[in-house]
Amino acid sequence: MTAPPFTPTGIRFANIEKRFGSLYALRRVSLEVRPGELVAFAGRNGSGKTTLLRIAARLVRASSGSLSFPGPSGETTDSASRTGFVAHATMVYDELTAEENLLLFARLQGIGDPGARAGALLGEVELSERRKSLVRTFSRGMRQRVAIARALLNEPAVLLLDEPATGLDPQGITWLAHTLSRMRVEGRTVLMSVHGESAISALATRAVRLDAGSVVADTMAGSDMRAILSFANA
Amino acid sequence: MAVLADTTVLLGKELRTEFRSRELLTTTVVFILVVVVLFSFTFDPSAGESRRFGPGLLWLSFLFAASLMLQPCFLREQNNDTLSALRLSVRDPFSIFLAKLSANTLFLLLTEVLMLPVFAILYNVHILGVFLQLVLVLFLGSLGVAIPGTAFSAISAQARMRELMLPLLLLPLLTPVLIASTEATRALLDANPVLRADWLGFLAGFDVVFLTALWLFGEYLLEE
Repeated sequence: MTAPPFTPTGIRFANIEKRFGSLYALRRVSLEVRPGELVAFAGRNGSGKTTLLRIAARLVRASSGSLSFPGPSGETTDSASRTGFVAHATMVYDELTAEENLLLFARLQGIGDPGARAGALLGEVELSERRKSLVRTFSRGMRQRVAIARALLNEPAVLLLDEPATGLDPQGITWLAHTLSRMRVEGRTVLMSVHGESAISALATRAVRLDAGSVVADTMAGSDMRAILSFANA
Repeated sequence: MAVLADTTVLLGKELRTEFRSRELLTTTVVFILVVVVLFSFTFDPSAGESRRFGPGLLWLSFLFAASLMLQPCFLREQNNDTLSALRLSVRDPFSIFLAKLSANTLFLLLTEVLMLPVFAILYNVHILGVFLQLVLVLFLGSLGVAIPGTAFSAISAQARMRELMLPLLLLPLLTPVLIASTEATRALLDANPVLRADWLGFLAGFDVVFLTALWLFGEYLLEE
């Protein structure tokens, strides 16, 4: 299947702050993610990784600061329709089958041939044989595969992944690593939160460490990246 | 129209999941049946008393059944964070509300139409001659319950003490709908039945005002 054309898109966080009452989830976060980068966010629980990804997905409104999606030459694009998001929760319906879930979201996203796209993705995540099964009968790893397939439906220019390897078995992690590598080659931008070094975090071209809502380290150098990512395991 | 296209897709999802589980329909049918049967045996009303008190009893049971039905409407979107997936996928968030309130109205109307013959038999009132007019009143009244009910369901799903929050917000607001629907139903069940245009106009106006408010401000209700 031919992927629909997309404009390589980055993300610019400018002085983003997020407060929940008196609690600061993010403090003046400024980051420029260039199109095609694969950025891994590391940090302890509660450091602000999930909040930052949800702001990037436009699911949460920042208390202050601005978010924009610059194109290859810095011009602002509207990438909202081409953003994929995998959250902690699976974001799919337990009462629908795997196929019904993908068809539902494909139709809502206006994908040309929803049946073909859903079928192709179910094949990619090796769930073709279980496509007619209700998601509530799936294991956590199988649900995560459906969740990732849902996020990939619209061939996103920007993919946001919140601990995407949760529940995946080694084959699933290998498939995800392969998919992310392909997306990087195609020039798509990926932001993901990770916990420690893995086959997934090893693909990162840049690592950012958050602590108490602030960016405390940001590097593209291999050795420094490993230090940042392994810190998350500490 | 992107909103209508998305609403159709989402309404299909709502109907599919409900007819698969029958969770809401079963709850509301059983609730209304229990109330109607219980009051019939307790008061053993004559035909005249039924015409006077029956419509109020009927609409009270519909209202409480609706609050049971509306509670899980957005709550079950939170289990797997599917509301976020919908917000990321639809072209206009109003379609999420439109689909849910259409489904709620449909489920409520279906329950009411199923319960009407039971009410007619137990309370000795004649509904055959005014059945279509009754369905019109039921439709406008149910829509009046479902529109603010769906909006408040979205608010209460994100609140603490959510089970308490929805009836607290909803029931006072729905008092005018309850009065208008009861009066319109009573006029239809009268010995000389008449379709009261004033109450129907009031119900239609209520529906239009709250639907417009939901269209204007609904997006903010879905934000985290």
